Amino acid sequence: MSVAPARAPRDIAAPGGGGVGDSALRPDGVLKVRGEFAYSSDLWIDGMLWGATLRSPHPRAKILSIDTSEALAHPGVWTVLTHEDVPGRKHFGVDHTWDQPVLAFDEVRHQGEPIALVAADHPETARRALEKIRIEYEVLEPLTDARRAAFDPAYPRVQPRGNVARHQPVRVGDVDAARELAEVVVSGEFQVGMQDQAFLGPESGLAIPAEDGGVDLYVATQWMHNDLEQIGPCLGLAEDKIRMTLSGVGGAFGGREDLSMQIHAAMLALRTGKPVKIVYNRYESFFGHVHRHPAQMRYEYGATKDGRIVYADVEIILDGGAYTSSTKNVVGNAASLAVGPYVIPNVRIDAYGVYTNNPPCGAMRGFGAVQACFAFESMMDRLADACGLDPVTVRQVNAAAEGSALATGQIIWAPLPMAEMLQTARELPMPAPADTGDLRDLPGGVSQTTHGEGVRRGVGYGVGLKNICFSEGYDDYSTARVRLEVIGGEPVAMVHTAAAEVGQGLVTLEAQIARTELGVRRVVIQPADNRVGDAGSSSASRQSYMTGGAVMTACQAVREGMAALAAARFGHARDDLSFTGDKVVSESAGVLGTIAELLGDAVIEETREYHHRPTTGMDPVTGRGDSHAQLALCVHRAVVDVDVDLGLVKVVELAAVQDVGRILNRVALEGQIHGGSAQGLGLAVMEEIVVENGRVRNPSFTDYLIPTILDMPPMRLEILENADPRAPYGLRGAGEPSTLSSTPAIVAAIRDATGLALTRVPVRPEHITGSS
Amino acid sequence: MNARITLRVDGRDRPVALDTRTTLLDALRDRLSVTSPKKGCDHGQCGACTVLLDGRRVVSCLILAVACDGSEVVTAQGLVEEGEPHPVQRAFLEEDGFQCGFCTPGQICSAVGMLQEVKAGHPSQVTDDLTGPVTLDDEEIRERLSGNLCRCGAYVNIVAALREETAPSEETSPRAETSPSEEAES
Ligand code: FES
Ligand code: FES
Repeated sequence: MSVAPARAPRDIAAPGGGGVGDSALRPDGVLKVRGEFAYSSDLWIDGMLWGATLRSPHPRAKILSIDTSEALAHPGVWTVLTHEDVPGRKHFGVDHTWDQPVLAFDEVRHQGEPIALVAADHPETARRALEKIRIEYEVLEPLTDARRAAFDPAYPRVQPRGNVARHQPVRVGDVDAARELAEVVVSGEFQVGMQDQAFLGPESGLAIPAEDGGVDLYVATQWMHNDLEQIGPCLGLAEDKIRMTLSGVGGAFGGREDLSMQIHAAMLALRTGKPVKIVYNRYESFFGHVHRHPAQMRYEYGATKDGRIVYADVEIILDGGAYTSSTKNVVGNAASLAVGPYVIPNVRIDAYGVYTNNPPCGAMRGFGAVQACFAFESMMDRLADACGLDPVTVRQVNAAAEGSALATGQIIWAPLPMAEMLQTARELPMPAPADTGDLRDLPGGVSQTTHGEGVRRGVGYGVGLKNICFSEGYDDYSTARVRLEVIGGEPVAMVHTAAAEVGQGLVTLEAQIARTELGVRRVVIQPADNRVGDAGSSSASRQSYMTGGAVMTACQAVREGMAALAAARFGHARDDLSFTGDKVVSESAGVLGTIAELLGDAVIEETREYHHRPTTGMDPVTGRGDSHAQLALCVHRAVVDVDVDLGLVKVVELAAVQDVGRILNRVALEGQIHGGSAQGLGLAVMEEIVVENGRVRNPSFTDYLIPTILDMPPMRLEILENADPRAPYGLRGAGEPSTLSSTPAIVAAIRDATGLALTRVPVRPEHITGSS
Repeated sequence: MNARITLRVDGRDRPVALDTRTTLLDALRDRLSVTSPKKGCDHGQCGACTVLLDGRRVVSCLILAVACDGSEVVTAQGLVEEGEPHPVQRAFLEEDGFQCGFCTPGQICSAVGMLQEVKAGHPSQVTDDLTGPVTLDDEEIRERLSGNLCRCGAYVNIVAALREETAPSEETSPRAETSPSEEAES
């Protein structure tokens, strides 16, 4: 099936030739396809040393002693550092959590926790020296039971302050009274396994010591300024002593929101006076960043016979591992979105984020909403069964819409045509049935060992509601500096932000916005660094909104300056003037001249911060609050073939209906929906970090499987444009919603094919064959 | 043990002395500063390090450099001719067959090698007729590129890029679509 539009010849010499709404090409695309784009692992400077990290083999142990002398004596080793060498604050933590040791002391709390660093003149030398660091441990039994961590006061503490990082209740109406009204009750326990971001470009970067005692850092990150807020205090350096430049980012998906090698490389560079590069290998990468929180969830819904939900009783436990990372905010998302885009008059939700000695968890695409979405969508299907309704109807009956309230009481202020979107998804044409005579068509493909006797088709639906931008009262903003001047006879707009291009196409969009707002053809996106204000994180699907908004307002300020010049020069009223195609145009008199002539030697530069409308926190007891800045919805329909004898699943087709408010760049947008759907597919049927007694059992791409091109089915996309009046251009963040809904849709389709309950993702072959 | 070898990389002879345990990937990246092949796993699992070795696609992390003495190595960078991206590179660009781009040099080398294999009539696991010429439909593209992971999930567009690339008009002249007036910008 071909769903891609025919390809018209494009002028790749002028990448990103268009304005807002055009499918502009990526300005960094030519370099990327030529293999000339420098990722953080490609950085090189002559004379640099290689850093390596010694990590704890134990999930929980006391550190009795560390002896680095033998490692130090190893030829080629320049230095070996431990916690004693951390120049400033001994702890870091994303977004002011400050509880994660830069290098462990006294105790290690998870397998893979960094303990010591080596700098050597060759990466192999550095690794060998690590083996010569002697550490005496007193190994302790790891605390890995998230449920006990949440509820058992007698359970030993992973963190002295207690094992619950956050408990967020949400209370609406009276669940106990509503129980009396319910004619139908459905319940379930659901689990989500630990998913990994598995970005392909490993954690890496280069630290270069500077003459002023500071350091220049080139790293791949999602949020430069938050990195700096942690790196500075830990290094004991003022922020202006740290110059940070974004290096090529090989994917992120949340896994680069926390620091990895940044402080370590800088410490080694400052100590040795030499540039130091650190690159994690794939094994180390599985320990080098936080993962998606595994979840245990208990749901009970009561409804009337016609499928209308009267109450929801929900408990969600998210295992955050040993340190806080983003756990508190993940809990906020899970709690506020625990029942999704459904109107339920009586709700009792309790979401917990807990500390254990399991691997640390934090941000991953979908951020707390993914786990809840799997559970509440599974519940909707149970409810459909119990009421004898089809899965689309039961969702439509309970669907939220503009003007209805989320569980938190927040009124949905923008269009949310969920019932219609479901209808659209249902009515899309179905893929052809499997040809059971052709092995290539069957689950397992040519490795199939049967004749397809056990192959069953299933169809399932999933709806995901994701909050866009930072929530819960966070003062979320981005900064952009835009400079307009004539270079080589042409007006050129230079756009400077600290926002991280991680593959989502932000730099394309920034250029499109500048072209639209300024009417110039040439736009240069300057490297992202900390010489400009905070842009916030490339997460929460927020950069189109926030940095897009900042670039838009900065451009508008520059345009004001141009208009003032033009009004004076041409004697026209400002509102009669516009700028397009490098020209100054009057509505009444046509083209007045070129922007280049108008500007002459003048330079117009403006810097603007863009804030979204303030949100509020969630009430600690009732969960009430206008906590979200924007909501975005995606509906998936999945079609699967399941071999019930072999337990194999083939996702035949994924269709997605998503409301994006306004399409700013269709090609880039579709890529985001494809990618989000692929990661949701991974969670549905293959991806899990298997943890046994605190230890990761599968830290490699042989054992941690991510979807290949064979696993990824063709997609049908229906994209809606119901503007959010609050957002720049009416857009809605689009990176995450599809990640939420594809997982439950696929699992629902497998249930439809097999009749099994399937309460855990990823669904494994043994769950289907019943052999586990 | 050290050895002196010469690799012909992207059209240039590159003599190098190296430890015989060095992989082709490390030789390229760390010794010869050719960083277009990427290291995504170093274990032959991701395909990001794919290059063309004497015209055949290989994962360069699984080959020792000494075994390649005298060989021709073409990386994504070397596919560019006279400043003009290879048609496959163009197709990836135009169909947005990538996001972060980390897997892309490997995807592209793999695709170029794959197109050669198809042209030479090599059947894959999913080829219908093992004797006749191979028709490169979506199923063939997916089967033949399944060794290259893309975590950004750009697969739908990668298939589209290669589908366009193998449209019948282009089979004889893979560069047919490249208009001479267009100049690539780097
Ligand atoms: S780096 Fe060679 S296959 Fe992954
Ligand atoms: S484009 Fe990011 S891994 Fe393929």
